Amino acid sequence: MSTHTGGAPDAYGRPGLPPPPPDRPVTIAKERVNYLNVSYGVRSWLLTTDHKRIALLYLGAITVMFAIGGLFATVIRLELITPPGDMVQSETYNKLFTMHGVVMVFFFLIPSIPAVLGNFLLPIMVGARDLAFPRINLLSWYIYMIGAAFTMYAMIAGGVDTGWTFYVPYSTHYSNTHVVATGLGIFITGFSSILTGLNFIVTVHKMRAPGLTWSRLPLFVWSHYATSLIMILGTPVIAVTVLMVALERGLHLGIFDPALGGDPVLFQHLFWFYSHPAVYIMILPAMGVISEIVQGMSRKQVFGYSFIAVSSLAIAMLGFLVWGHHMFVAGQSTYAGLVFSGISYMVAIPSAVKVFNWTATLYKGSVSLDTPMLYAAGFIGLFTIGGLTGLFLAALGLDVHVHDTYFVVAHFHYIMVGGAIMGYLGGLHYWWPKISGTTYPEGWGRVAAIIIFVGFNLTFFPQFILGYLGMPRRYHYYPPEFQVLHVMSSAGASILAVGYLLPLVYFTWSMRYGKPATANPWDARGLEWEIASPPPTENFLVQPVVTDATYAYGAEEEAKIV
Amino acid sequence: MFSGFPLFPPQASTVAARVDALYFFLIAISTFFSILIATLLVVFVVRYRRRRDEDLPRPIHGSLALELTWTVIPLIIALGTFVWSADVFVSSRRVPPGAMQVYVVGKRWMWKTQHMTGQREINQLHVPIGVPVKLTMTSEDVIHSFYIPAFRTKQDVIPGRYTTIWFQATQTGTFHLFCAEYCGTKHSQMIGSIEVMEPSAFQSWLAGGATGSPAQEGEKLFQSLACITCHRADAQGRGPRLEGLFGRTVHLSGGQTIVADADYIRESILNPTAKVVEGYQPIMPTFQGLVSEEGIMQLIAYIQSLQAPGAEVVAPPGAGGIKLLPAGAPGAAASPAAGGAASPAPRTP
Repeated sequence: MSTHTGGAPDAYGRPGLPPPPPDRPVTIAKERVNYLNVSYGVRSWLLTTDHKRIALLYLGAITVMFAIGGLFATVIRLELITPPGDMVQSETYNKLFTMHGVVMVFFFLIPSIPAVLGNFLLPIMVGARDLAFPRINLLSWYIYMIGAAFTMYAMIAGGVDTGWTFYVPYSTHYSNTHVVATGLGIFITGFSSILTGLNFIVTVHKMRAPGLTWSRLPLFVWSHYATSLIMILGTPVIAVTVLMVALERGLHLGIFDPALGGDPVLFQHLFWFYSHPAVYIMILPAMGVISEIVQGMSRKQVFGYSFIAVSSLAIAMLGFLVWGHHMFVAGQSTYAGLVFSGISYMVAIPSAVKVFNWTATLYKGSVSLDTPMLYAAGFIGLFTIGGLTGLFLAALGLDVHVHDTYFVVAHFHYIMVGGAIMGYLGGLHYWWPKISGTTYPEGWGRVAAIIIFVGFNLTFFPQFILGYLGMPRRYHYYPPEFQVLHVMSSAGASILAVGYLLPLVYFTWSMRYGKPATANPWDARGLEWEIASPPPTENFLVQPVVTDATYAYGAEEEAKIV
Repeated sequence: MFSGFPLFPPQASTVAARVDALYFFLIAISTFFSILIATLLVVFVVRYRRRRDEDLPRPIHGSLALELTWTVIPLIIALGTFVWSADVFVSSRRVPPGAMQVYVVGKRWMWKTQHMTGQREINQLHVPIGVPVKLTMTSEDVIHSFYIPAFRTKQDVIPGRYTTIWFQATQTGTFHLFCAEYCGTKHSQMIGSIEVMEPSAFQSWLAGGATGSPAQEGEKLFQSLACITCHRADAQGRGPRLEGLFGRTVHLSGGQTIVADADYIRESILNPTAKVVEGYQPIMPTFQGLVSEEGIMQLIAYIQSLQAPGAEVVAPPGAGGIKLLPAGAPGAAASPAAGGAASPAPRTP
């Protein structure tokens, strides 16, 4: 992708930026003005409408949430080293796994890639100065923080113990914990998700640079477009669902309570109607990140570009039709089970197509083994296992056995942690030079990626075996024959924890001591690599015009169709 | 079996072997594709690693043939797995005729089971080997899930309705019973055991400790709750006759029909006006709060035991064939069991 911009290459090798504006000639000689140093002070951050600064606000917030969620997981894994519940009370244990789920799903995974990397990169990738609605973008961060504050309040005030799934009638009539405050937190945060999705969709439609046709959009943008559709269409459903739970709890309306003529299974339909597509909110952006990393680190046009782009949309659409596969043994009719199982197998196909295309992209490439590529390779491997074990769960006769066991826990952690978080970390490393303008220590980056991969597998692979043995999820006490596998899992979790701490340390370190980054450290293609690192507030000093296909490495006439 | 380091659960029911076959098939598929992808990744990364920093490979845009290949082959595998797993599922749902009945009530945090011969158990269930056993289950409070890993079977137990599950044990011994749906503080202690016994041992176990059978208990309840004053066997009551009702198609006022199963009878006891039999007035009061879940199951067992005396022919009720009291308020009835709903119209002369 190339741009037509004026001026000579600057000190960092950026092509074509015009000479500095005459009013800041002195500072620019020492330090170029960019979005980070353009202004200082708390106000300049809390009132910013710059999508890049908002991305960093989100980065800070979700890092804190990830740490909190991880802390809960640590206590859970420590408790499960021994079969009896001897470290915390059962009430506490139940609150721990509930809050781990609530924090990780609603306050980390759902906003993670879209709100941080998407916010930062999507406008740049489409050649825009900012998102379509910069102030709504800031609003969405504040809404997220208010929602998080409600949930934090609920946790400090005593926590919530319903499981992140809030199944009725337990959540409406039996739980004595802070269900309403937590639910309100999720309700409020949902609006932040909706606003982000809205902003992305409008930006992609209306603000693409001249020449940036739909068929030239980076795959990261395609996957965020698909994600935004789910955010807009799905999130209102979870909002009304948690609202109904709150109303039923407060006013005894009888929507779900069988004693009043309600239907407890109705709640599960509503809940999964959002929460299954939400899985794709978490994984689709990661898929976009992997597409970018794979092309950037192998310097090759992504194999089967249009198939990857279309598969994102296919996943977004089919993803809305499979919620009933969470309910095969929940009292749903056999025929409904058959339909949902069938469609679940359909939604596996576009994911498989992506995996094959990423792998094929490396063929005859120039593959770098730097940290982002390690994460991408880890993602492809773990996502393959996560996706294939999804076939076990979509298989009706088999799901009856493994439903609500550790097999499910292992499966969704392979997708969410092995997939979404590997994608998130890979993306952070890949774009860190662009975001921070500094270089992280490559050696430490590789070490951390390998530690995370090993720790992850040791933590979650034993859980597949545990699940098939029949170990139910959310068990505080467990039969002694499961102990060996639980100890392995806890040991893996301690390795994983070290792996997650390392990037936190060296990213922070690099902000101060890291070498300055060049505009295009990977020599990759894409509009974001044609502007300085870190970018100026206005991203592009001159409107870019796109003249080439996406990921145009090498001369087009050399292109080979196999 | 409650110790050691197992990697595979005991296989103790007729369904277990079929589920395991599916499991091993999917493991084979998963292993194949995981190794394929991992091998390709490693080979490509090593073979095409960047040797010089300025390397710029020739672009390759894609291949329609390859795209079709890796769309169609997974699709065929997926559809095949779907059909296979659906077959296992559907047959695991179809209860064989003549299955032994057991009632199960889930309650935080225990399982209460009752055999048709009257034995009650808590957190335990004794069953004979080689006999299909059907469980009819409900919950007194939140959603639970009845899970026997060794039988590869599980079903949520839901308040306000009945769910069923069946199995046929193929191995004697003691097996885990877990609650698999999170139900609150002591969820992980809502566990028990399934004792599979030789038929002779089961018979002698059955001989001890029986109270009245559910049907007998149900008959007592039927009298003490004064159901009998309206639901009279001689078809002269204000409520429909219950003899021969169970399993029959019932015509409701409003023209619908419904098969009189356990759920229908339960609803008719707790919410009598929801479905009123054609030709009857909605005068029956609710028994919500007057009878426990186990009591309702016993009433159902009793109603199920009532055979219609020589009345297989089902005739639609004549327009004026029902003699009802004037539509008096339920309060006018002498007993709390003023009849009305809950059963088909009398079909015999």
